[in-house]
Amino acid sequence: MAVAALTARGSLLQTLGLTRTFGGLQAVRSVDFRLLPGEIHAIIGPNGAGKTTLVNLISGRLAPDAGRVFFNGRDITHLRAPDRVGLGIVSTSQSISIYRRLTVFENVALAAQRRLMQRLAERVALNRRALAEEVAASLDRVGLGGAADATAGALPYGHQRLLEIAMTLALRPRLLILDEPTQGLAPDEIGALVALIRRVARDVTVLLIEHNVTVVLELSHRITVMDKGRILAEGAPDEIEAHAEVQRVYLGA
Amino acid sequence: MTGRGMLIVHVALLALLWVLQFVLPPFHHGMVARILVLAAYAIGYNVLLGYTGLMSLGHAMFFAAGVYGAGLLVYYSAAGAVSGLLAGVLAGLGLAVILGLLSLRTTGATFLLVTMMFGQVGYLLTLYFNRITLGDQGLILSGRLEPLRVGAIDVTLSNPAVRFNAALLIFGLCLLLSLWLARSPVGRVLVAIRENEERTRMLGYDTFRYKLFALVLSGGICSLSGAAYALLFAYVGNTFASILYSIYPLLWTLLGGAGTTFGPLAGTALMSYAIDVASGLTSAYLMVVGLVLVVTILWFPSGIVGSLRARRWRWLP
Amino acid sequence: MSLGVRLFLALLEGTVTGLVLGLAALGLSLVFGVMRIVNIAHGAFFMLGAVIAWYVTSTTHSFVLALVGAPVAVAGVALAVDRFVLRPVRYATEATIVATIGVLYILEQLVLSVYGPYARAVPAPIYFRIDFPWFGYSGYKIVVAAAAMLLLAATWWLVARTTLGLYMRATQQNREMAEAFGVPVDRLYACVFALGGLLTAIAGALVVPIQQAHYLMGLDMLLLSFMVVIIGGLGSLGGTLVGALLVGLVDGVVSVFFTPTLARIVASVVVALVLVVRSQGLFGGEAS
Repeated sequence: MAVAALTARGSLLQTLGLTRTFGGLQAVRSVDFRLLPGEIHAIIGPNGAGKTTLVNLISGRLAPDAGRVFFNGRDITHLRAPDRVGLGIVSTSQSISIYRRLTVFENVALAAQRRLMQRLAERVALNRRALAEEVAASLDRVGLGGAADATAGALPYGHQRLLEIAMTLALRPRLLILDEPTQGLAPDEIGALVALIRRVARDVTVLLIEHNVTVVLELSHRITVMDKGRILAEGAPDEIEAHAEVQRVYLGA
Repeated sequence: MTGRGMLIVHVALLALLWVLQFVLPPFHHGMVARILVLAAYAIGYNVLLGYTGLMSLGHAMFFAAGVYGAGLLVYYSAAGAVSGLLAGVLAGLGLAVILGLLSLRTTGATFLLVTMMFGQVGYLLTLYFNRITLGDQGLILSGRLEPLRVGAIDVTLSNPAVRFNAALLIFGLCLLLSLWLARSPVGRVLVAIRENEERTRMLGYDTFRYKLFALVLSGGICSLSGAAYALLFAYVGNTFASILYSIYPLLWTLLGGAGTTFGPLAGTALMSYAIDVASGLTSAYLMVVGLVLVVTILWFPSGIVGSLRARRWRWLP
Repeated sequence: MSLGVRLFLALLEGTVTGLVLGLAALGLSLVFGVMRIVNIAHGAFFMLGAVIAWYVTSTTHSFVLALVGAPVAVAGVALAVDRFVLRPVRYATEATIVATIGVLYILEQLVLSVYGPYARAVPAPIYFRIDFPWFGYSGYKIVVAAAAMLLLAATWWLVARTTLGLYMRATQQNREMAEAFGVPVDRLYACVFALGGLLTAIAGALVVPIQQAHYLMGLDMLLLSFMVVIIGGLGSLGGTLVGALLVGLVDGVVSVFFTPTLARIVASVVVALVLVVRSQGLFGGEAS
């Protein structure tokens, strides 16, 4: 892993002193976090460490109580979630959030058309063929090419996950955030997903939250370990594996 | 079914309705005209309920905006029908923008109640300004309305043939508008908001703006229907602003099938004819209508057109 | 009467109205909260309670019998509606709305046909006056207020301290989980719906001596109940009571200064704005 080469370039995403409290609990405490362009970066940590909160602060689902978020050098702290999607920050959540009653095609079409609806005329009527091509391409990338007419809610769990990823890909993300993508998947599905993420990461920076340590060690260029709202450690997989604190807190040594 | 195919089906329906005027006896002639205008009201309501998933109990204020916008202008000034129509629609659009900015941060039961409250305010205002509106006694427009000048011909709106065709025109416009919405990218986003608003935001859509658009479109269609009703049936009264006229489009839309293009017409027609037939049979016509409602919804839980679409004809828009 | 006195009278009246409204709206709140449906026939149950109470009192000359008989009868009607109308559509939101509108029409027509279009009252079962220095006040109204408070307390006890109440609260929180834990949801729904009808009917029976029984009296009660339940916060008993008192008192006090029409306008605008600012109502849980 060419970590040294990656750190030489500027960061794609940066947070400074990011803080978020719920009730009395500080879920994220003054976190300084960096993402380098083109990397696959995993965040791991015990439950309640603040991983999902951090990621929601980055995607815009949550607003911070303090701190700043920068994307490509631009301060996006006050930008709302839909606008961040427009900049290329696309995320999925832990529980699969798709349109269960609509078809697979409709699900991806909604994502694909977002990019195509820039001008007023395109909100009135779209080139249906262009849209269909986009949808087909996204579905093929995740391996759901034949399922376009199926009802999304009727798909097996693993395929629903893939559908969600297809939707994110149709948005042409620059930063793809995946929150526990392997949760609930069978072993062979996990293998396929890992391969998919590797393929996707050729053009997209990937940030993922994962509990599956094997997947994390296999996929990531860099790993951040969180505990109780703070970053405990950060570095390449072998560094993290050897890290004493991390072993104690998380890897269960 | 392709887009062109669907368009043909809709135009065919309109053509069928147009032919009806030559075969219907006089009473049904006027009845169908009334149903068409009210079905347009239901179409407007369906935009918000069926497509965007927002249930309002205050839509009478839009219908009344049209009724009073057109009616008051025509009654108290020398303005003609077209100006009246325009005034009614503008009033509805303006009201929708204001209501949207105030209420669209809420959803579900809260939205229901907020719209109901504002609807009540509208009704109470017609009572408060009793001197101008004459409350439920209302204003009779016939005689005040100058005939329309179409080319070299004078066209009186109270003429049954004119009335029927005008009603059909208004309905057709609204029907085709709803067909466009059902198939357009914007319509797709509205459905997405209905199905999963959070997901829609995370796909990059500013859902507030889309909901506002839906409400303004809905308000505009409903006020168009109201203005047409006042001008064609020459009556302006405050029953049109009451909660009853907020419940009606809800009922017609759900009965016919929310989220379908033909549903509003089906529901309006069924209710109107159920009331008509029942009152001919017995003075306890409300009971018959109630039974029709219960039985219909037991058999067609998604509304008539909605259930047909779910069971057999999936291509129905 | 001076302004102060008028205000005092308005507060009295508002409290009585509020308590009765709270009792009537409680049924709607429970049904809304546990079953997640909107019962448009709710006002009709209120009306039915009043009308049946009138019948029983007129024939047996016993108001107490009416107070027992009417709610029981209405609870029976509610059970039938649940079994034959609501359960077949599986309590789907939109279908329930259409179906309960149908039930509303049927009940209104039944009453219109049998009872007639006139408004009729019964004499108050207890007639005494409470003499304030400035005016005499109907003692019966005080009794009604007391009865309402008693019933509200009884319902609170039912929900907070009995197994039925436990089932209700569990199902309201999470229906699937409640079912998984063995709560008989179908029978629970029937009970809750019947209870809702019962409470509303008692309120209707109580007001017959004050406000006559008329076949259309349910519509206003429906609107007011909606208002109360949503202001107070869906599924919150305390919220319903506070909401009802608020509505009753505000309406009463505002009417002292403005015409009834203007008072209603002001009240409606205030309610709407409160909800815009705080969409979960005064006591509701998370904002929707």
